[in-house]
Amino acid sequence: MQEQIARNKRRTFLMLLGFVGLITITATAIVLLFGGGAVGIVIAFVVAIALAWGSYYNSDKIAIAASRAKPADESEYRRYHNLVEGLCIAAGLPKPRLYVVDDPAPNAFATGRNPKHAALAVTTGLLEVMNRVELEGVIAHELSHVKNYDILVTTVAVTAVGTVALISDIGLRFAFWGGMSDRRDNNGDSGPLGVVIAIASLAVLMLAPFAGYLMQMSMSRNREYLADASGVQLTRYPPGLISALEKLRDDHAVVHSASKATAQMWIEQPLETDEKKPGSKFNNLFDTHPPLEDRIKRLQEM
Amino acid sequence: MVAVIVVVVVVLILLFFWLGFNGLVKRRNQVDNAWSQIDVQLKRRHDLIPNLVETVKGYAAHERGTFEAVTNARANAMNAQTPADQAQAENVLSGALKSLFAVAEAYPDLKANQNFLNLQEELTSSEDRIAYARQFYNDSVLSYNTKIQQFPTVILASMFNFDKREFFDAAPEDTAPVQVQF
Repeated sequence: MQEQIARNKRRTFLMLLGFVGLITITATAIVLLFGGGAVGIVIAFVVAIALAWGSYYNSDKIAIAASRAKPADESEYRRYHNLVEGLCIAAGLPKPRLYVVDDPAPNAFATGRNPKHAALAVTTGLLEVMNRVELEGVIAHELSHVKNYDILVTTVAVTAVGTVALISDIGLRFAFWGGMSDRRDNNGDSGPLGVVIAIASLAVLMLAPFAGYLMQMSMSRNREYLADASGVQLTRYPPGLISALEKLRDDHAVVHSASKATAQMWIEQPLETDEKKPGSKFNNLFDTHPPLEDRIKRLQEM
Repeated sequence: MVAVIVVVVVVLILLFFWLGFNGLVKRRNQVDNAWSQIDVQLKRRHDLIPNLVETVKGYAAHERGTFEAVTNARANAMNAQTPADQAQAENVLSGALKSLFAVAEAYPDLKANQNFLNLQEELTSSEDRIAYARQFYNDSVLSYNTKIQQFPTVILASMFNFDKREFFDAAPEDTAPVQVQF
């Protein structure tokens, strides 16, 4: 269990390094294309950071409003509150604000910029379908997202991808509206090497946002595995979460108030996915969550 | 040039002392906090019990042996002085509560009583909380003990008397199968 957690954290770190590398490559591509443009990069950085961190700071309010969650009354949802309180003791976390989403599809999410400003929501469907130990496993998974600062990690990743996309966008515009001819005049370099570099730089600019997006999805899946492992370390009872995931696997309902933007917060993919499609391994690159089968297998191996 | 290197080295050493010492203090305080957390949860359970006994008495008045066992166990647990005595007394109380709930199984009217069901939920989660509090205490002790033994913080630990802490152990009674008497 510890091994898995350590390995997941290492992978996340390497991916973040990869993001930084991607930004550097993209910025370099722009510089190569039209010598300069530092101002553009700085603006792109500032805008991306401002956007991403604005949403990070208010992540709890935004997520709750977006999913139309209502505060969970303490006397009506006694078991839900009790389970959360118990697990917060085990994790050394303050108790987050609790919400309920009125939806028959079983699902849950956690959000908030740090453990002190966290919120946790479950659907009415989840409360109905899961028994005590399964509900506890799901809650432990969600609390682990809070404990591992996953919102922060995801925001950094989104910032990176956003920056890459903005830089690429600016770079491409400059490339098509006059950057290249200026450069050739300045350096007198109009030979074949210059053309190759220009084309390569263009290719990087066009593909970089896409690569960044795939990396973000990969990291999101990694954090999901990490939350599974951390959650089970809290409850010391893998069968609880395994049983919950098995129930989720066999249930095909879709959460109505989820969207692509919020998809990665939920415990399982809230949007429609057809896991029986051929070639689904390629499609899985775009999933925010790993396939339930794989998650169950990993938990069983603990 | 040499002066610069010396200054840098001194600063690094001071940083090590500062951060290392604070890290040890933080972990040791977490151990102490976790220990009192266990007490908080045990007391919470004590407070729930009188209400439970009264509710069950309303339906199963002649199960006197079971009630007495619970009430006595609770009194012993609240009066325990040393941590070892307390742990043992609390285990006895857990056993008595299990018997009480087992007895309640035979009374369908009681099982349908909303008050009883609420108390059952509260006591189940009490047991969970006590278990989690002990788990968190042991996790904290593990983290603290590891840090004071690891290099280089081991140097600080011996310099400033950061001593090893004991884990919380389940008493032998707790690991034996529970005897349920009807």
